[in-house]
Amino acid sequence: MSIEVKFFASMRDLIGEDCEIQVDIIEQQSIKNVDDIWNFCANGKKRPNNVLIAVNMDYVDGKAHIKDGDEVAFFPPVTGG
Amino acid sequence: MKVIIDSEAFDPWKSLNDYQKNMPQLNGLYGATAVFVGTMRDFNEGDNVSEMFLEHYPGMTERHLEKICQQTADEYQLLESLVIHRVGIIQTNDPIVLVAVWTTHRKQAFEACREIMEDLKSKAPFWKKEQLNNGQNRWVEKNTKGY
Repeated sequence: MSIEVKFFASMRDLIGEDCEIQVDIIEQQSIKNVDDIWNFCANGKKRPNNVLIAVNMDYVDGKAHIKDGDEVAFFPPVTGG
Repeated sequence: MKVIIDSEAFDPWKSLNDYQKNMPQLNGLYGATAVFVGTMRDFNEGDNVSEMFLEHYPGMTERHLEKICQQTADEYQLLESLVIHRVGIIQTNDPIVLVAVWTTHRKQAFEACREIMEDLKSKAPFWKKEQLNNGQNRWVEKNTKGY
């Protein structure tokens, strides 16, 4: 099992490809919440203030805890319709 | 209640008509139908736009729209609702979104249609990327105000 991390729209342009974090790495690096996930995947890039976050397709904030098997997504403000 | 994410061009009026025809449970009950159709312009933020790409988050988008349709149905006693949203490459004048609701009276119809549309604009995970006439492309960063 692992954590799947997705980036959409301008966040994908900023970060690059989606990534998958294996559980042993999560344990080694003490990745506990969404902020930690960003820091692990973003290679030092600052997270824009207006980024929206979802865990398992529900909106959350950066302090939301993650667990094995979660799907985490980062994306900019939405512009549909 | 139905939510459709469509990668092909659609005719909102035909979709509306087809959906209503297949809803015999509405017969005699609905006194109001409110409809919103959003269409692609060829300009935005002072620039000419030739084409647009609409991205979404498969799974979350459908789930979010179904949730807001259900909440709105409970709040406004909707008899039926239909939401269709395009994704992929979109051309000028293409319909982008259809929101339709069927209710007993007009007050609920107007308000519910507006509520679904405003929620969709502010929370449903879709993103527009514009291709400009000058060859540049850009992500749309914000919506115009709905109120």
